Formats: sequence, C-alpha cells, structure tokens
Amino acid sequence: MCLAYPGKVVELNGDFARVDFGAGTIREDVNTSLVQAKMGDYVLVHAGYAIQVVDETAARETLRYWKEILAAMPEDRAAYESQLKGGLS
Amino acid sequence: MHVCGSHEWTITHFGIRTLLPENVEVRAGPGCPVCVTPAADIDAAVRLSMEGKTILTYGDMSRAKGSGMSLFEAKAAGGDFRVVYSVHDAVTMAAENPGREHVFFAVGFETTAPPTAYEILRGPPRNLTFLTAYRYVPPAVEAVSQSPDLAVSGFLNAGHASTVTGMKAYEPCFNKTKKPMVFAGFEPVDVLISVAMLLRQFVSGEPKMENEYTRAVTWEGNTRAQAAMDKVFDRVDGYWRGVATIPLSGFKIRTEFTDFDARTRFGLRETPGSEQFVPEARCGDVIIGKIDPPECPLYMKGCTPNSPKGPTMVSAEGTCKIWADHKVLASMRCRV
Repeated sequence: MCLAYPGKVVELNGDFARVDFGAGTIREDVNTSLVQAKMGDYVLVHAGYAIQVVDETAARETLRYWKEILAAMPEDRAAYESQLKGGLS
Repeated sequence: MHVCGSHEWTITHFGIRTLLPENVEVRAGPGCPVCVTPAADIDAAVRLSMEGKTILTYGDMSRAKGSGMSLFEAKAAGGDFRVVYSVHDAVTMAAENPGREHVFFAVGFETTAPPTAYEILRGPPRNLTFLTAYRYVPPAVEAVSQSPDLAVSGFLNAGHASTVTGMKAYEPCFNKTKKPMVFAGFEPVDVLISVAMLLRQFVSGEPKMENEYTRAVTWEGNTRAQAAMDKVFDRVDGYWRGVATIPLSGFKIRTEFTDFDARTRFGLRETPGSEQFVPEARCGDVIIGKIDPPECPLYMKGCTPNSPKGPTMVSAEGTCKIWADHKVLASMRCRV
C-alpha cells in the first residue's frame, strides 16, 4: 500500500492539520502525530495520517532536473524516433 | 521487479513498459496487501461480522473472498461491516457505539501499520479490537531475490513504504543478495529515472542502494512511526496468500496490548496458510510476479473487474485489476 498523496499544511490544530492537496481537494483532519510538520510544509498523507514531510529542497531540485531532461528532448527526439523506426523493421 | 501496487498503477497507466528498451522487463512483485491477506483472516472477519460484531476496514478489503463470502457479501446476508477511510474513523465509530463490539480489520504494509500502532498506544475504546494482518516488505524482497524462477536483476523499491522504514531497512537484504536497488517515487518520470538508474547499475556491474525519491525517502525514515510500531508489534513469520510463509514478515500485537487484539478477544486460532483460490485461478503466480495477468486462463474471461474471481482482480493494487482497468490484454514480457 503505497497510496500516499502530497499536500500542503494550511492549518495546524494540535495533532491534526488541514491539508490542501490542490485542485480544491482539502482534508480537514489529517493526523500529524507521526511527523513534525510546520505550517506551509508539504506532507505525504496515507489513510488520514501524515507519514512523512516532503523535503522541499530535494523536491525543487528534482523538479529542476526533470525540467532539464524535458528541455533536452527536442534535439534527441529526432534521433530517437529514427532509431525506433529502424528497430521496428 | 517492483513490489508496490501503486508502482504498477503508474507503470500501466502511463504506458511505461511501451517506452522501455526491448530487453528490459519490469515485473510486478508482491505489492498488494489485500491480495496477500490470508484467506483464514478474511474468513474470521466475515464470521465475526455475522456474529454481531461491527467489522471496519478499507473499501478494497471488503470485496476479497477467503474460502467463502467476502465482507461485502456478508453484509447482504445480515453481517455488520462498514468501510472506513482511516483507523481514526474506526476509533471514533467505536467510541460512539459503546454497546457493540467493533473490530478493525487491519490490512496493509509498513506504510499503514504505524497509524494503527499509534491508536493502540493512545488507548482505544474498550469495545474496539484489531484483527491485524499487516505484512512487512523487506523480507519479501529478500525471498523474491533468492528465487531462481523469478531471476530478478534488480528492484524498484516501494517509495512510500520506504519513507516509513528508511532505506536502512533494506541494508541486510542488499548485503546478502547484492541486487541493485533504487528507491523510486510514483510520478511516471520518477519511475523512468529509477529504471535508468538501475540500468546504469547493471552496466557498471556495481550494485548499490540508490535513492531516486530524495524528496520523501531518507536513510533513517520516519523514526517516530518506527518507534510506535516497535512498541506495539512483534515481528513474526507471516503467510503471504498464494506465495509462502516468509520469515519475520508479519506483525503481531504484543502481549501487553492483548486487550486490543481481536485474535485474543475472540479466540481466533492460528490456522496453517492455505490460499483458497478458485480452481484454475493463478492468483498466486500473478502476486509473486511469475506470470502476467493474461497468462491466467480466467483473466478477462471468467474473471473481470465487475465479476472478480480472486483478490488480484478485486484490489486497486492488484495487478489483474490494474491491467484489466487499462484494457491490457497481452503479456508484456521482454521482446528478446
């Protein structure tokens, strides 16, 4: 069971938090006892409990890396596609 | 091989296998907790629901059958069962209905066990007990890596389970088997990068434990969650339905919390593991990753998402259900 979703802590109430998952999805009663979450942190929520705080630095770095990969693609794409065509014969 | 239904979902949904080189195959290993929950435990939950106890569990679990009815079918026959989203709901419901015995059927991996441990430590209402069938993944990875049948070259490790246990939980297995391991996230790009990282390890000939999911997985993991689990659960041998009994892969409630253990309260006897799948079904082979769903004679013939014949077609994390929902009808083996 790895179904966990990242959401932003927008309110803290003792052991519980209001978490915003984006696109209008908000959960009022996420239990945060298993993590140390601050306002504005992103947490991974699994079955109503936050199981980990998302490392924002690592997340930004990952997103930057993905952007680089995707930006590099157009030049590689032609080469890749001609390779594919060769392979399908 | 990966060991997580959520990875199988990402891989199938985004057509990742169609993007891989011809000689690379990603297989779905035992990553579906509902699928590996012993039939005997399902039967026990059904029996308790027919005997006036209120059984509480996650939606998926309610449709899986043991040797007889599922909880969902038991409800139609007068049994009492309700779906809950979280163990906290179970605590609230029991507290609001003090006159009735409630049993939380606790199914899942190490991602799901900590909240239950936390609720047991908090002291749940006296009318709530826990029927725990949790399984621990690292020993299963070790068992699978030693299977000559499966010939696994490397592992995509379960990202979210690993946020709890930390990478360290896999160190013993890695040291023993030296199989390449990458801890992988769940976005499609996470999976593609993780596969690339594994391929690089194969090419270099130097197996490592690498982390692709740096934004969520650390070496230590969530120590609070680990402490809660250690306080509440003993690790014991666990039977994985259709697979085998894997050493130290099960969680049993410790004796000091026996008051909250449904097995003690209701005198549930330990029965030897037996899979109880319908004749001809190859659920066990799908669960372990030996075959693809289309290689089972029942897949999309007698067994469909609307008329499932086994847990792999019932659960949202079952390989058969994921493939069937995406209308995958052919095997996706290596093409060389």
